[in-house]
Amino acid sequence: MTDVVATNETILVVGGGISGMTAALEAAECGKDVVLLEKSPSLGGRVSQLYKYFPKLCHPTCGMEINLKRIKANKRIRVLTLAEVSAITGKPGDYTATIRISPRYVNEHCTACGACAEAVAAEFDNEFNYGMGKRKGAYLSSAMAYPQRYVIDPRILGTPDAEKAKSACKYNAVDLGMKEETVNLKVGAVVWATGWKPYDANKIQPYGYDRYKNVITSVEFERLMDPFGPTGGKLVRPSDGKEAKNVAFIQCAGSRDRNHLKHCSRICCMASLKQSTYVREKYADDANVSIYYIDIRAIDRFEDFYKRIQADPKVKFIKSKVANITEDKATGNPILHGVDTEGYHRYDNPHDLVVLAIGMEPSVDASRIMPGVKADASGFIDINATTEAVFGAGCASNALDVNRSVQNATAAALRAIQVVNRVSRAEA
Amino acid sequence: MTDLNKVMVEKYRNDFLKEVEANVEEGNWVKMCMQCGVCSGSCPLGPHWEHPPQEIFMMIRAGKRDEVLRSESMWMCTSCYNCIVRCPRELPITHIMHGLANYAHRLGIAPKLNPTRRFAKMFWNNITAGGRVNELKLSVGLYFMDGFASGIKKGLEMLPVGLGMLKTGRLNPFGLFSGGHCKGAGDIRKMIKKAKEIEDKRKGFAA
Ligand SMILES: Cc1cc2nc3c(=O)[nH]c(=O)nc-3n(C[C@H](O)[C@H](O)[C@H](O)COP(=O)(O)OP(=O)(O)OC[C@H]3O[C@@H](n4cnc5c(N)ncnc54)[C@H](O)[C@@H]3O)c2cc1C
Ligand code: SF4
Ligand code: SF4
Ligand code: SF4
Ligand code: SF4
Repeated sequence: MTDVVATNETILVVGGGISGMTAALEAAECGKDVVLLEKSPSLGGRVSQLYKYFPKLCHPTCGMEINLKRIKANKRIRVLTLAEVSAITGKPGDYTATIRISPRYVNEHCTACGACAEAVAAEFDNEFNYGMGKRKGAYLSSAMAYPQRYVIDPRILGTPDAEKAKSACKYNAVDLGMKEETVNLKVGAVVWATGWKPYDANKIQPYGYDRYKNVITSVEFERLMDPFGPTGGKLVRPSDGKEAKNVAFIQCAGSRDRNHLKHCSRICCMASLKQSTYVREKYADDANVSIYYIDIRAIDRFEDFYKRIQADPKVKFIKSKVANITEDKATGNPILHGVDTEGYHRYDNPHDLVVLAIGMEPSVDASRIMPGVKADASGFIDINATTEAVFGAGCASNALDVNRSVQNATAAALRAIQVVNRVSRAEA
Repeated sequence: MTDLNKVMVEKYRNDFLKEVEANVEEGNWVKMCMQCGVCSGSCPLGPHWEHPPQEIFMMIRAGKRDEVLRSESMWMCTSCYNCIVRCPRELPITHIMHGLANYAHRLGIAPKLNPTRRFAKMFWNNITAGGRVNELKLSVGLYFMDGFASGIKKGLEMLPVGLGMLKTGRLNPFGLFSGGHCKGAGDIRKMIKKAKEIEDKRKGFAA
């Protein structure tokens, strides 16, 4: 049984991405008790799935590691993975959260030696790589995973693979008898940091994400660059493994569109500018990048980054929202069709690979969290209309980059601290 | 210049966008266009337009009144609705195209020889005369639109189709001679006349 001590002076943080980790750390370092819930087997969220991050183009591992170190060092943070909130009842300063914890089938004795994974035969789509490539039925979600503890996929239970994993483990860490648990926690305030998910590219019919192998999304593109990713870090296209030297980016794929997401996802212009440097990194002067855009929104100080990319002769900017994509059957090249706004020229441009700069939507619709938590038109938490002590942090509250997510999460932590401070004053 | 055209030029001076908003069906949507280009790229007639819809909307904002209203472009629209379903801003592009064409026609400055305009006129006269379309008269009229010889040629080309329609009772062979009017055609004509009066008054077209 998971024993978690919590009182109505405890802050519950839901979601263990960069925002949730930040909020938890800020609150704990101010002396508050925090329970940090993460639905997946490890912390880090979508930042850990990026190859590099703008504007400085460093690898996310480094920023992540500092945060993990702070979390490990802090006795006030209790991390629960594979944990989801099923209900929150009560009022500010006095909530009961019902939490469902799924079994990992691996206990704290695990040394992440990997013997179980080697023993198991079954493979499944690798969710860390957005379904590209496979992983074993016993796995560590990524090399950086925290906690560094393997997971047994429930789908191998009852098959010979489960027993193989168990007998491969020298540390007695595989426990096939683990059961789902439900725990009720008393908490005073909640920071909601469940982040975002990429808009479903299949819904953008004219771009043929569902029909053409060489049309991928920006989140998948990040995974291609990762040395531990599905291609071992090679920038090659899915249909035939050919080097993707001529790459097109389509901006506002699913955003700023009343047929899809109404809002501007705010980070995708910067993401494509950043990803143009990936193509240059791999193929130097053989690289050709085309960015099809409505307008480039490199907000405030990112303007410098934009200027730098603009100066690159190998990166072309085409002011036009692509109308549709067809495929050249012989070469597998996607062909982009449209009309540009600077002169109204019609184009039919073939590329090796097309990357959809996919929009961001909240991973949890805020209006479903509990009554009193209000969503804006896009489903993000609207803090001004919310009457509960449930504070949105990071991409749960808006489409934000890491820098702004962290600022936003710090603000949410401060709001939560104020609520539990009121509780402790009342009880003193 | 026709009188109505003169009146409108006087009334709106340099503000063509305002003129479009006030007088063209769905014209108030024009300013919502963000110039993304999806409509132009999606239009099946795309390569044949002089000015695709996106460009027309920009020309309206730029005050290019004559170029827009005298253009053949909006007469090319086939109402396929491709642009409407894809426009990220949900502009009723098809309707605006027809609205512009109709407005230019009312002003008397639409291109005289444009075949769509001539067909539309023929269709209108045909349907308002009898309260329903007399298909035989309409198609014969259409074939002979460009003169007698070309009419005979087109008629002969279409003969098998016509005969097939006759056989299945889809075409009334006496339509050419009888009126083929519906019951109460006179009342329909009165209603249309009244509707036109109301519309003219609302749009300030009334003489
Ligand atoms: C293609 C692309 C490239 C990007 N590149 C950059 C970049 O270079 N620089 C930059 O600053 N930003 C970049 N971003 C933006 C960046 O990804 C976000 O700012 C960041 O992920 C926000 O972190 P978050 O913690 O708010 O959300 P997330 O990273 O989404 O984390 C949310 C966490 O909550 C968990 N969770 C979800 N639902 C539940 C639930 N019900 N219960 C419990 N846990 C739950 C998730 O598993 C996840 O771990 C990029 C975005 C895209 C799309
Ligand atoms: S569960 Fe056992 S075998 Fe698997 S990684 Fe952990 S310690 Fe190694
Ligand atoms: S950030 Fe750029 S690509 Fe993303 S929705 Fe906004 S304008 Fe479009
Ligand atoms: S698709 Fe809509 S917004 Fe885009 S150019 Fe056409 S009318 Fe304007
Ligand atoms: S409705 Fe008219 S303007 Fe729109 S795509 Fe079809 S033909 Fe082109």
